[in-house]
Amino acid sequence: MAEKSQAVATIEAVWRMEAARVVATLARYTGDLGLAEELAQDALVAALEQWPAEGVPARPGGWLTAVGKRRAVDYFRRAETLRRKVGELGRELEIDGQGYEIDLDALDSDAAIDDDLLRLVFTACHPVLSAEARVALTLRVLGGLSTPEIARAFLISESTAAQRIVRAKRTLADAGIVFEAPDGAERRRRLESVLEVVYLIFNEGYAATAGDDWLRPGLCEEALRLGRVLVGLMPDEPEVHALVALMEIQDSRRHARTDPDGEPVLLLDQDRAKWDWSQIERGLKALARADEAFAARADGDTRSGDRPTEPGAYHLQAALAACHARARNAEATDWRLIADLYDRLVQQTRSPVVELNRAVAVGMAEGPAAGLEVTDALVGLRAMQGYHLLPSVRGDLLVRLGRHTEARSEFERAAELTANTRERALLLARAAACDASAAESES
Amino acid sequence: MPKFMVIMPGDTQSEAGIIPPPELFAEMNAYNDELTKAGVLLTAEGLKPTSAGARVRFDDDERRTVIDGPFTESKEIIAGYWMLQASSLEEVLEWVKRAPLSGGVTLQVRPLYEMDDFGPEFNAKLREAEQQLRE
Repeated sequence: MAEKSQAVATIEAVWRMEAARVVATLARYTGDLGLAEELAQDALVAALEQWPAEGVPARPGGWLTAVGKRRAVDYFRRAETLRRKVGELGRELEIDGQGYEIDLDALDSDAAIDDDLLRLVFTACHPVLSAEARVALTLRVLGGLSTPEIARAFLISESTAAQRIVRAKRTLADAGIVFEAPDGAERRRRLESVLEVVYLIFNEGYAATAGDDWLRPGLCEEALRLGRVLVGLMPDEPEVHALVALMEIQDSRRHARTDPDGEPVLLLDQDRAKWDWSQIERGLKALARADEAFAARADGDTRSGDRPTEPGAYHLQAALAACHARARNAEATDWRLIADLYDRLVQQTRSPVVELNRAVAVGMAEGPAAGLEVTDALVGLRAMQGYHLLPSVRGDLLVRLGRHTEARSEFERAAELTANTRERALLLARAAACDASAAESES
Repeated sequence: MPKFMVIMPGDTQSEAGIIPPPELFAEMNAYNDELTKAGVLLTAEGLKPTSAGARVRFDDDERRTVIDGPFTESKEIIAGYWMLQASSLEEVLEWVKRAPLSGGVTLQVRPLYEMDDFGPEFNAKLREAEQQLRE
């Protein structure tokens, strides 16, 4: 009994290693990601039946792919209309009619499989799919996660997770999405959608309540693993390296981000000894590779005529994260560089939230008056009307300027806007403190 | 996702500082590439011979004794290590089995202690503030 479950654990492990390659190869053969995923599942079932008795084959990935291909032949045989395709597949496989005795040397080269994996990445993350669907499908086909694992990770029911995957596959089929990787400018555009999926997975893990963490497969780590896979597939893309750098550095603070009561600790208040410095080193190395890839592209790539002049949004965010990681303590933070990076990020994102971050950095680099000036331009914006952090930041800056009465009304406004009761209490406490300070300076 | 250290023992070759022949080196690089592409490799490092290193012994009277290399106890000698991160011990074992080694070389595969091994994680709820302003 124990031996059997050991075999199953090994098969599950092999599946984690091989699923993406198997699905990718089958998707090229069939031209249909949804079908490929189902064929791969069939192959997994066959492995669960045979391997416990016969042992894990020497090339498990090749075995799974071969079984999947054979199932594909069966499938197409049943589908009369695709008779021609059967001919092609049949010749390639030289099926012996009985078992899965296939010439493994005839399998695809590593380079061909890498191309297939790239197609898999771009298809699973196709913008035609909702973000939610892309995330589920990517974890399933690229990460090799089972439906129950995906369900647990996102705190949804198994049937909901299964439905998301089924719907994603159907959407791809209905939209007639071809299994291929885009080139040139199109690739750069589509790459955004791929990176967004990985970062969404990361943030889902990052924002997760830690109390449930032991139930959830580490989504941050899953995202990092996917990110590293992408780096292997697209080593020339600066934004891929940059995303890995960003995630490594953010994740390095995991154990410093909450206090023993589980309350969040702001970046500048964190105990930097609790940061994972080996992870920071990996992040900084990834950032250096992003810099190199960016420089190479800015110098070289004239084919597409769109030489980048400015690093991408992940690159700038990674550089920002690195600024904090390089400072041994909060006082050593290079706020001028941070303000400059936020300035460049604002140019790209046009996001008022990023601009507010810039205001904080400017307030640190040049003093509270300069920071407050940056926030003045945000006050009238409709997008910022319900955003409690704007008055909260302004309150901070006003306190530093000694303008306690104004600070008090900002904190009160922030308290009104926040949905978090604990945060409201903190803000009201700060408002009350302003009263005391104001009274003191008047008397 | 658990992390593992995979430890490569030293031998007379590694102790003599002999770098493996190019073909073996290339095979090992290809293997490390495969680990990298799968997203499981965190680091892989080779260690210089123990003659380049030293040991420090701690005695009860706060005395520290530095003992220069080489180390004579051959079972103490480590020639290199990989840090891998994968979904399970089984997965790491499958990866390790693919290493281009032979001749009775025996690798140690050791899971690292994680924060979660030291009691339940704190019941943290992150407020939006940190989400938005964490940089």
